[in-house]
Amino acid sequence: MTADVTLKKPNWFSRIANPGQFLAWSKGFVAPLAILTATLFAVGLYLAFFASPPDYQMGETVRIMYIHVPNAWLSQFVYGVMAVASIGTLVWRHPLADVAAKSAAPLGAVFTGLALFSGSLWGRPTWGTFWEWDGRMTSTLILFLIYLGIIALWRAFEDQGRAGRVIAVFTLVGALDIPVVKFSVDWWNTLHQPASVLSMSGEHVAPAILIPLLVMTLAFTLLFITLHIVRMRTEIFRRRAESLERQAAANLMA
Amino acid sequence: MDLGPHAVFIIWAYVGVAIGVLGLIAFTNFDARRTLKRLDNLDARGIRRRSDNAS
Amino acid sequence: MTAFLAVIGRDLRLATRVGGDALTLVLFFVMVGVIVPFAIGPDSATLSRLAPGIVWIAAFLSMLLGLDRLFRADDEDGSLTLFRHAALPLEAIVAAKVIAHWLLTALPLIVASPILAVLLAMDFAAWEKTVLSLLLGTPGLVALGTIGAAVTVSLRRGGLIAPVLILPLSIPILIFGTGAIAAGNPDGISNAALLFLSAISLVTLVLAPFAAALALRLSED
Repeated sequence: MTADVTLKKPNWFSRIANPGQFLAWSKGFVAPLAILTATLFAVGLYLAFFASPPDYQMGETVRIMYIHVPNAWLSQFVYGVMAVASIGTLVWRHPLADVAAKSAAPLGAVFTGLALFSGSLWGRPTWGTFWEWDGRMTSTLILFLIYLGIIALWRAFEDQGRAGRVIAVFTLVGALDIPVVKFSVDWWNTLHQPASVLSMSGEHVAPAILIPLLVMTLAFTLLFITLHIVRMRTEIFRRRAESLERQAAANLMA
Repeated sequence: MDLGPHAVFIIWAYVGVAIGVLGLIAFTNFDARRTLKRLDNLDARGIRRRSDNAS
Repeated sequence: MTAFLAVIGRDLRLATRVGGDALTLVLFFVMVGVIVPFAIGPDSATLSRLAPGIVWIAAFLSMLLGLDRLFRADDEDGSLTLFRHAALPLEAIVAAKVIAHWLLTALPLIVASPILAVLLAMDFAAWEKTVLSLLLGTPGLVALGTIGAAVTVSLRRGGLIAPVLILPLSIPILIFGTGAIAAGNPDGISNAALLFLSAISLVTLVLAPFAAALALRLSED
């Protein structure tokens, strides 16, 4: 690290690369984002229950879609965030990339779990059972398992720096494999269930249903972003605490 | 309002997701707070980063 | 090339020596097949309908449980460090280990498959398709498993995490592997499944050594 880097005014890259600077500017974002998220949820919930009609096929149960679809979207979006973070770790050695990846994993797992939960409750009145091995739900279940495996990996490593790099490789392998999994599950599903199953995203999406859906999706996405920033900050603080504790222990023994 | 014959499923779906979301927020909050407390404890014991001493 | 073959030969010799346990996995494979009727009943019709799935699950479990031996012994005795800095590229060494591992774990399973076929009331035609699908699918499974083994090599108690990581990712192999055999599937579907299976195996065999070698390098102390 050369001397003139510290003398220059922090540029946009160091703002996102330097943990200290990230902590500084992210602090001011959390409260506004939280308020925006809560507002969007309030608007979305109002629209979902009081401003949208029942679906002509599904009836009132279409309202479950307003919480199922955002979670299903997040389950994939968050993995995308982890994949981009993994590229950041491996290709650019971005110092905060592994923090981003580690912080995102449990969030992704919860949203995927909620997608499964809401999908199951939607399925019960629609198909008669709490679970059907249809293509979409099965792929979501497999994605859930992948998230859990990645979380287990993070917890298994002592050296979190090494963990970040190795897990980045695995996350990218998963990113390549997930489309293959989807394809194979759909193939398997058409093999065993020739009857077309009423699915969540109909061929038609009436505008009256689309708007609450978009609002709720936006609300959930902002929820993720807010939580992600808070978790990243916490992780940075946690690493500082750990290194200080190690330092203190080393001094005691010296 | 009438949520139709399957109202119980709709309600449980929303309640469940609400519990999940609120639980997530609560845990994120709790984790952040206990980590900051940990740092504060270290600070009280005089263990700081060199850059913090400048302030 | 000689270095490449030497790595394969080394792994083969180590596994078949005293202290090596080449046949334990085959024993496990057969045992899974043996215990299934105790769990689901001995009715031949049911067994023969479920046989392709059971054989593949048995193969899956055996191979996943055997992943740990890919790199752990080398890591413990320092060979992995040598491999990382050898003249032969790490990717090539990994590829050689994939081949050796396949010869040691998958090939014995395929050779033992007639035992399972008989136990599970599989007819000859189904067994032929089973052998073909195992031949085409297990290379991909080994290659994919190698990535899991490489990612977990630096974990002292990482033994069970690798199967947990790889299992969801290998579901396509399971789907197409069993799809190629299942009696209810007309030939068109069987052949489509075999094609997909081969494609997956091929691509995985080519790409996995790179991913695994990268993970091994990043796991260096």
